[in-house]
Amino acid sequence: MAPSSRSVHPPNDSPAYGSSLLRAPKQPLRVQPGRLGELTAPLLAGETIGTLDHDLTRQHDGEPLGERITISGRVLDEDGNPLAGALIEVWQANASGRYAHLSDQHPAPLDPNFSGAGRCLTDAEGGYRFITIKPGAYPWRNHPNAWRPAHVHFSVFSAAFTQRLITQMYFPGDPLFAQDPVLMSVPDEESRQRLVARWSLELTEPEWSLGYAWDIVVAGRQATPLDDDAPE
Amino acid sequence: MTLPLTPSQTVGPFFRIGLATTIGAHVAGEGTPGAVRISGQVFDGAGEPVPDGLIETWQAEGAGRCPTDDEGHFAIVTTKPARNAVDHSGVEAPHLDVSVFARGLLTRLVTRMYFPDEDEANAADPVLGSLSDAERATLVAVTDDGGLRFDIHLQGARETVFFDR
Repeated sequence: MAPSSRSVHPPNDSPAYGSSLLRAPKQPLRVQPGRLGELTAPLLAGETIGTLDHDLTRQHDGEPLGERITISGRVLDEDGNPLAGALIEVWQANASGRYAHLSDQHPAPLDPNFSGAGRCLTDAEGGYRFITIKPGAYPWRNHPNAWRPAHVHFSVFSAAFTQRLITQMYFPGDPLFAQDPVLMSVPDEESRQRLVARWSLELTEPEWSLGYAWDIVVAGRQATPLDDDAPE
Repeated sequence: MTLPLTPSQTVGPFFRIGLATTIGAHVAGEGTPGAVRISGQVFDGAGEPVPDGLIETWQAEGAGRCPTDDEGHFAIVTTKPARNAVDHSGVEAPHLDVSVFARGLLTRLVTRMYFPDEDEANAADPVLGSLSDAERATLVAVTDDGGLRFDIHLQGARETVFFDR
């Protein structure tokens, strides 16, 4: 049986990820009836995105420390249609692996020139581009000597509820993948690989910065009718 | 053509850095005719408030977003949507689609908030009709101090009904 398109998503019941134990619902998910109408919301009426909001290296007087990078790609739905005008929001740790967040107690230095947040709207082809620095790996207390691989959090907010996605982008070749219960919660290796950006010579700017390519695919605009293996 | 989806990952504990400002908790201004304040608390399986969750509401009129505070509280001001979601199984009662994100949730949770002053529409709603009384009660807000209260229980005896998107 072909897997449901939904099965690429990690089950919330993933006990290796300690925080899930008291938060993952215990009852099976219910199936919503298929919808005839598109379930859409007007997007960001009156919102403005600053012209430099996509550049996390230019939000302060000085430049942040770390490896300068560009992350760029397209946002598509599963039918291959580009999502134009989707809001992409990103947040990340600094080059030392520390978030500019009061609750982050990792004893690594904060960077006065790095807040670690950016946003943009996708263009007519679904394209997006962020300029930032490569985030550092950092320890957490999920299991003894646990470390999160370097990652950038991505939020995709488009006009359709069914397309809403929050995820994380990883960097190729990271040795920390196999011990990370967040990435490993994704059931199959092929799907996990879709969370890993590709280093791109094309996006790499000579004498300036490394480039990474990463496309994002969200559900189609229509709610999916009952899948074969949808939970009852 | 069907492209494979990008998998979901948890929003993590530090999302306020990136998700705090762009979309707000006011879908409708306070003074808008019909504006209603929907507040609630998010609880985990131990009955403890979830202080690092993110609630989003979705309806044709717009989307609202509110992080939970130290006591798990959120509040969103919006209007009641029209009874416009029609499908093959009947006319759905007015409701908000709700997403719940939090550290510990690898994939967003999807639920619905129905309105307590819509007895007739709620009784005819095909989704509510497929649930037990106790399950249905988790999806219908209660009147509270001039607004509506909609608590979300991630686990436990009063676990909220969640949907497969």
